[in-house]
Amino acid sequence: MKAPLKWLKDYVDINVSTKDYVNAMTMSGSKVEDVVNMAKDIDKVVVGKIISIEKHPNADKLRICQVDTGNEVLQIVTGAPNVKEGDLIPLALVGARLPGGEIKASKLRGVESFGMMCSIDELNLTKDYLPDAPEYGVYVFTDPVEPGTDIKDAFDLDEVVEFEITSNRPDCLSIIGLARESAVTLGVPFKKPNVVVKEEGEGDIHSITSIEIKNPELCSRYSARLVKDVKIGPSPKWMQRRLAAAGMRPINNIVDITNYVMLEYGQPMHAFDFDKLEGGKIIVRTAKEGETIKTLDGQDRKLDPNMLVICDENRPVCIAGVMGGENSEVTENTKTILLESANFNGASVRITSKKVGLRSEASSRFEKGLDPENTILALNRCAELIEMLGAGKIVKGIIDVYPEPKKMEALKLEPERINAFLGTQISKDEMVRIFKSLEFEVDENNMTVTPPSFRRDVEQFADLCEEIARLYDYNNIKPSLLSGKESMQGRKTYKQRMEDVIRNTMMGCGFNEAYTMSIVSPKVFDLINLPVESPLRKAVVISNPMGEDFSIMRTTTIPDMLRVLSINYNRKIDAAKLFELSYVYHPVDGELLPDERETLTLGMYGEGADYFELKGAVEELLMAMGIKDFEFKPEANEPTFHPGRTARLYIGVNNEMKACALLGEIHPEVAEKNECPQRTYVAVLDVAVLIEASTTNKQYKQLPKFPAITRDLAIVVKDDLYVADLMAAIRKKGGEYLEDVTLFDVYKGAQVQEGMKSVAFSLTFRALDRTLKDEDVNEALERILKYLEKTFDARLR
Amino acid sequence: MKEQLEAIRKQAFDKLEEINDIRELDELKVHYLGKKGELTQILKGMGSLSPEERPIVGQLANDIRTALEERIAEVKERLIKALRDEKLKSETLDVTMPGRIRHLGKKHPLTAVLDEIKDIFLGMGYEIAEGPEVELDYNNFEALNIPKNHPARDTQDTFYISENVVLRTHTSPVQIRHMKSHKPPIRIICPGRVYRSDAVDATHSPVFHQVEGLVVDKGVTMGDLVGTLQAFARGIFGENTKIRLRPHHFPFTEPSAEVDVSCWGCNGSGCRICKGEGWVEILGAGMVHPNVLRECGIDPEVYSGFAFGMGIERITMGKYGIDDMRLLFENDIRFLKQF
Repeated sequence: MKAPLKWLKDYVDINVSTKDYVNAMTMSGSKVEDVVNMAKDIDKVVVGKIISIEKHPNADKLRICQVDTGNEVLQIVTGAPNVKEGDLIPLALVGARLPGGEIKASKLRGVESFGMMCSIDELNLTKDYLPDAPEYGVYVFTDPVEPGTDIKDAFDLDEVVEFEITSNRPDCLSIIGLARESAVTLGVPFKKPNVVVKEEGEGDIHSITSIEIKNPELCSRYSARLVKDVKIGPSPKWMQRRLAAAGMRPINNIVDITNYVMLEYGQPMHAFDFDKLEGGKIIVRTAKEGETIKTLDGQDRKLDPNMLVICDENRPVCIAGVMGGENSEVTENTKTILLESANFNGASVRITSKKVGLRSEASSRFEKGLDPENTILALNRCAELIEMLGAGKIVKGIIDVYPEPKKMEALKLEPERINAFLGTQISKDEMVRIFKSLEFEVDENNMTVTPPSFRRDVEQFADLCEEIARLYDYNNIKPSLLSGKESMQGRKTYKQRMEDVIRNTMMGCGFNEAYTMSIVSPKVFDLINLPVESPLRKAVVISNPMGEDFSIMRTTTIPDMLRVLSINYNRKIDAAKLFELSYVYHPVDGELLPDERETLTLGMYGEGADYFELKGAVEELLMAMGIKDFEFKPEANEPTFHPGRTARLYIGVNNEMKACALLGEIHPEVAEKNECPQRTYVAVLDVAVLIEASTTNKQYKQLPKFPAITRDLAIVVKDDLYVADLMAAIRKKGGEYLEDVTLFDVYKGAQVQEGMKSVAFSLTFRALDRTLKDEDVNEALERILKYLEKTFDARLR
Repeated sequence: MKEQLEAIRKQAFDKLEEINDIRELDELKVHYLGKKGELTQILKGMGSLSPEERPIVGQLANDIRTALEERIAEVKERLIKALRDEKLKSETLDVTMPGRIRHLGKKHPLTAVLDEIKDIFLGMGYEIAEGPEVELDYNNFEALNIPKNHPARDTQDTFYISENVVLRTHTSPVQIRHMKSHKPPIRIICPGRVYRSDAVDATHSPVFHQVEGLVVDKGVTMGDLVGTLQAFARGIFGENTKIRLRPHHFPFTEPSAEVDVSCWGCNGSGCRICKGEGWVEILGAGMVHPNVLRECGIDPEVYSGFAFGMGIERITMGKYGIDDMRLLFENDIRFLKQF
């Protein structure tokens, strides 16, 4: 809400500097977003009167003017073609400050000039504010004004305060409402308007027209006046300027008056051309199936039976609270006007304005729920202004249909409880003073307060507390820290602690944490070669997306990880290791909400990046989480991944091997599509499974007292055998003394037959109660070797 | 014989002074004191002396022997030390050369800030509550005193999945879920990812993160809210941080406040970070609206509570001087490595 300060000052004496005023208003709850001083960059500009004009001896386009500034006559050279002798113009004197810079005495083609005549652009003013300004050239006053008058006064330049008004305070979407808040905030009186309507029009409204409300639940009150002998013309400059300063464009006197009253009183008004109302009456009802209306902006609008419309005898003439119809529009030829000041249901206006796609100054006020007691006040103010401006004659009487007047309810005033709630010690008298200043009715005998009708947001105890607190100043409330309350233990849940373990382990493995957006484009599925029938293509879809790129909830994090890797790669960064801990969203049949699965995603490329680096990080994580029962199996059928360099990780949970992760090299085609390097590695892990299998239980095992015997075992096997199977076999046959098996070499090439490989293990044997003898170990080795020969056709190398 | 001994003593001591390495020293030792050494030879020849002379010469020979042995030990020690010194000298490293960096990964700045916030509240006895990002309209709005078609819905541009399902616009629905499943006393913070349909630019993102807090107990006051926010602000922005509460309106709290902290860039004197204001708005807060408590089955006549919420991105950007929110979601390694 933009409030010109001079307008506010009609209703309240603002007796402090603008800076202090703005600060005080913000601290009492009317947040000031901005203050625009229209005269900020204008200084030493006065009204000048052109006494004479002569041609410039050396230039065709320049003229030499003698200009009276009130106390001297200055010679001004101008290029403006639109000025003539006798014109009053804004004159920037030598030394004047303008938005474009300072004015200096100068010579133009040899002739001296002591100032500059200004256009509105040069003064940083708009045609909305000064509608009589010419399109081009110097501004010429159209009203008499004394030469020498400061331009700030001549143009009535003002400071405009822009307030952010919250949705609970529609009363403050008005000059009167803000003046009232200002008065309370500054502790000065609010100057209540004194409206006088003369009613000089012929006849009585009751004998000329009638009003009927068919849907009182959507229209609680409808008040109207009639205006005869209407003369349409421009509104006076002061009104135009106030409207423009408040952000509205001046149109003509009637429209301007209704807008002026809307801004001043917060009550949207509408003017109908009464002679265009068929049957000469108003019926407020919901629209009938199939009805349409052409609104004032020239658009045809379809109506539906949930929309409230204002109708004459036969047809809708206005969408209630949203916009009027062309069929009843006030024009230059209008003779009689019906002025509407009504109260419509906020939710209904909101729904209708959304459906027809039209939000107006009126609808945005109505939808917050307005004060029905305001209709008559605003209507009378409107009538007063019409009389004042000679725009028409007001017919005697008001038609006021108000089937069920809404009374404000009294609320208990409990000072002790308020203090207990706020943690304050404010006296009862101070509270009474605050409520009275807010125009609440205070009954000290029964200890009740009744909010004024424009404060429909005050409904219960907490609302009363807020009124007291904001005027007491929140910052005077003494801070405390839940003293005397039962103390509570703050602790992370097991899941949250495991998430910390995951992050810490990944960072320890050199992975940097990434955050990516969880809203993605459906195009990402093609980017990772997901087959058409993949269940991952079934996503949660946003019904009102910002565009296709942000239209579904991701079901996989792989495309995001690839994009991050590609961003780094394209920026010529040699190597990158990243992880993300986030969610994917899988729709569930028959459920409103999807399954949100926490996912750990790893990604890397560059020096040191290979499958085993990736797998090593996953294994580090398994160790960190205490997971011992797991198995990596080759996975050749994931189209996103390299068929020969990808594994699926299974983890034992409650005696069942659950799939937990997919890890491997990205398929070269996918890498190419995503502009990633050819050797790009990604792993995705299901965090819920990891956590389910994890444990923090640890048991100390005695350190060995006796020495170990280490033996190497090198065998030659077929190339397509898995090392994991060999190791499992060794462990199986190793006997009670086999403590550890590690792989130390895999060799293919010279000295090993084609299609075969040499695999070398280091085996550690130890007994807990004695020093082992060679025979013990030889026996075990023989057993192992025999089994390997039999099962895998292995040969000792 | 006496003269002979004296000559040997002089000769040996003179030689000793010139010796510079251990091997020569050993040779010298053998030469004089060895089994066939000069001194030993002389002692062997003592039989030819008279009984009177014998003890005198014997005494002298032993004295010389002892002195020589002592001196040899001394020289040996000196030589060993010299040798060691030389070795140490030859082993000198340029200790200013760079160490071997392990390249540990870094926490994302959003996690870093979130962890700090969690620490502060865990220390004050809060639990961390979580909930789904795809939420029921009921939990995200209606239970929070924002019925359908309430004008307050305008201030949160919502992504809808269907009429009754939204992407949560704040983490307040977690508070609703928690209040419905737990009895007071309640002390929780709810961190998480939230969504609003704002186009991506330097200060907006359709996906961002929030932490909200909720306390419900008997006799919780607005003073408790102020004190809690002050403790939080000092924890995050430093001990000298001040806070300022401005009245505001949220449908789910009453009274409601917007909360500023004194600018960390200039301590309140006005700078680029605070746009000359001296204060930076970082959170919204208030006393839980009685309608919200009632909706969750908590009697507002018995219990009261406060709630607050803040954007992590905003605080992170402020704390680290990050001027473009897009950097947080781009994940350039050179950016991530800075935290």
